Amino acid sequence: MAILTPDLDTDLDLGSNGVAQAATPEFEAANERQRRRLGLLIAMPAYLYLVIFFTIPLLTVVIYSFGTRDRFGGADLTRFNLDSYRELGDELIRTILLRSAGLAIITTVICLLVSYPFAYYMATRSETVRNVMLVFVMIPFWTNFLVRNYAWYVILGTDGPFSRFTEFIGLGPTRILFTQVAVVLGLVYGYLPFMILPLYAAIERIDGRLMEASRDLYANGWQSFRHVLWPLSLPGVVAGSILVFIPSLGAYVTPQILGGAKTTLLGSYIVTQFLTARNLPFGSALSTVLMIIMLTATIVYFRKGGRTL
Amino acid sequence: MTGTSGSVTSTSPASDRAARAEAGVDAVSISGVTKRFGTGEHSVIAVDNIDLNIADGEFFAMLGPSGCGKTTTLRMIAGLEFPTEGSLKIFGDEVGTLPPNKRPVNTVFQNYALFPHMSVIDNVSFGLRMRKVDKATASKKARELIDLVQLSGMENRKPAQLSGGQQQRVALARALVNQPKVLLLDEPLGALDLKLRQEMQLELKSLQRELGVSFVFVTHDQEEALTMSDRIAVMQDGRLLQVGTAEDLYERPGNRFVADFIGQTNLIDATVSADDMIVLANGSRVRAKADHPVGTKVAMSLRPEAISIGARGSVPTEHQAESLDGVVSTATYLGHAIDYHVNVDWIDLEVRAPAVTSSRRFTPGDEVSVWWDRHSNWVVSG
Repeated sequence: MAILTPDLDTDLDLGSNGVAQAATPEFEAANERQRRRLGLLIAMPAYLYLVIFFTIPLLTVVIYSFGTRDRFGGADLTRFNLDSYRELGDELIRTILLRSAGLAIITTVICLLVSYPFAYYMATRSETVRNVMLVFVMIPFWTNFLVRNYAWYVILGTDGPFSRFTEFIGLGPTRILFTQVAVVLGLVYGYLPFMILPLYAAIERIDGRLMEASRDLYANGWQSFRHVLWPLSLPGVVAGSILVFIPSLGAYVTPQILGGAKTTLLGSYIVTQFLTARNLPFGSALSTVLMIIMLTATIVYFRKGGRTL
Repeated sequence: MTGTSGSVTSTSPASDRAARAEAGVDAVSISGVTKRFGTGEHSVIAVDNIDLNIADGEFFAMLGPSGCGKTTTLRMIAGLEFPTEGSLKIFGDEVGTLPPNKRPVNTVFQNYALFPHMSVIDNVSFGLRMRKVDKATASKKARELIDLVQLSGMENRKPAQLSGGQQQRVALARALVNQPKVLLLDEPLGALDLKLRQEMQLELKSLQRELGVSFVFVTHDQEEALTMSDRIAVMQDGRLLQVGTAEDLYERPGNRFVADFIGQTNLIDATVSADDMIVLANGSRVRAKADHPVGTKVAMSLRPEAISIGARGSVPTEHQAESLDGVVSTATYLGHAIDYHVNVDWIDLEVRAPAVTSSRRFTPGDEVSVWWDRHSNWVVSG
């Protein structure tokens, strides 16, 4: 761990050097350097916080993933090897990975289908209506995520309101709780705002006259959407999809509460590796792979639609 | 009023148009159209019961200050707004609530509204592609139009890579490629600088003559309207004040607003008196032909360039009944003319005298007389 700190230091130095190289008159360069230093000072608490509580633990996980499980459920870090990564090829792991990815994709697609019309509607309203709608989108955040998931647990339960309702309208009682349907329902509910907001931001920026122009040029409603609105809102679609897909893939709370124990997903499986199976290297390897997938997605997001947020 | 029947290459729409023109069908016919936004107490009347006919092949301008309803009227013709009341016909067909994609008109939008994610050629061929014209034909026609607006070689550029003037041409080509029966233009030159605007005015005018299609043009710039249009409709507060040629509006304005809005003028309050005379506010009687009954409050419109200026007492005898005495308050040399402000008792008259070398010049403080030809004034309702 001690090796890491100087590494970061040189990183920061490089940043300020890069600026000093800019072809500005000397006093301006000096001025710029001073401002940089002040900026660095102001940003320092955040830097330190992130390094201590985020970067270091993350790197710890990566390092552990190359270790070996010892007899007492700890990790032997003396011999680095790729054993844990080899285990990832296991049939069970592949099933869990595919299942998690599948659920994450379904969640993302449903979120997109639900959010797009909503975001479009919101973006085309008056300022006042827009703000009211935005507040409604944000309201769920005021309640703890865990509490909201338990609310769904109650709603979908055997004697819950949803089951009573279907019974009342003659469809008989439903047993959604502890199925993948319940998990997707909970995930869609939980991550919907992450889809709505970037979509709204992207659509809101599109000049409404472009839609009018397309209609004027003989496009029907669908063609207008297909050739003008959709391509221009794509950055928002990419951003929203990634923002929903990433947390869905590693979701733990929602599948744990609404999915029961029957359908294990990646998040729960990793927790099991750490807490129950006490296979720290394997849990770390799984986490690392998940992180790499997310990192790739994030890079795609910043490349393609990063400007939307 | 109808323009020359143009030399349009494709036969069917042109001959169709010719046939309809012979039958006397107007390109656009608006009757009793009202547009109200919102409902109940908060409703705003944007267009108030207007009647308007635009002939085939006509270059027609709608002129007025912002918020006068000219753009709303244009949008109703385009189908981007629907009339609350009244009838709107394009070549005889009622189009009241027909969506824009079902109307034989195209629009050049204010600030062009080019599709930013498409190249020039894709923008221009958009209308054809939406109507399922096959790809080869669509791109061939688009290229023809790009040639017509002199943008060959820029087919693959994106709108952001073009200058304002070039974007304007793309917008024009994108609308015209569809061979609209009426082309609608919403402040198309508003975003261009002065020199480019004057160039484009001439180009638009000649393009319109060449195509023989009706152009309906919305502008707040009266000079632009005067130079380009066959006829002009002046609007204010949703109402249509006057429709006529540039000469009609300039020389025979229908009311005070039109007189004031078109060009510069001196508006002098007066009361109609007997024997073709009007009484000005200071009691002086001047000769002016007014169709109003005796005693009506009116305003006399006198264009600055229609007023002659001379030393006090030098009024030619035949103009004695159309003269006033005053004192020069300012004199501004404009090169081709001298702009005087002459204080006549209760009003300031603007006088524009040609700056001929031989003509006498006046300086502030000079006592002068001003007079005008009896046919050059015009009385409008007060």
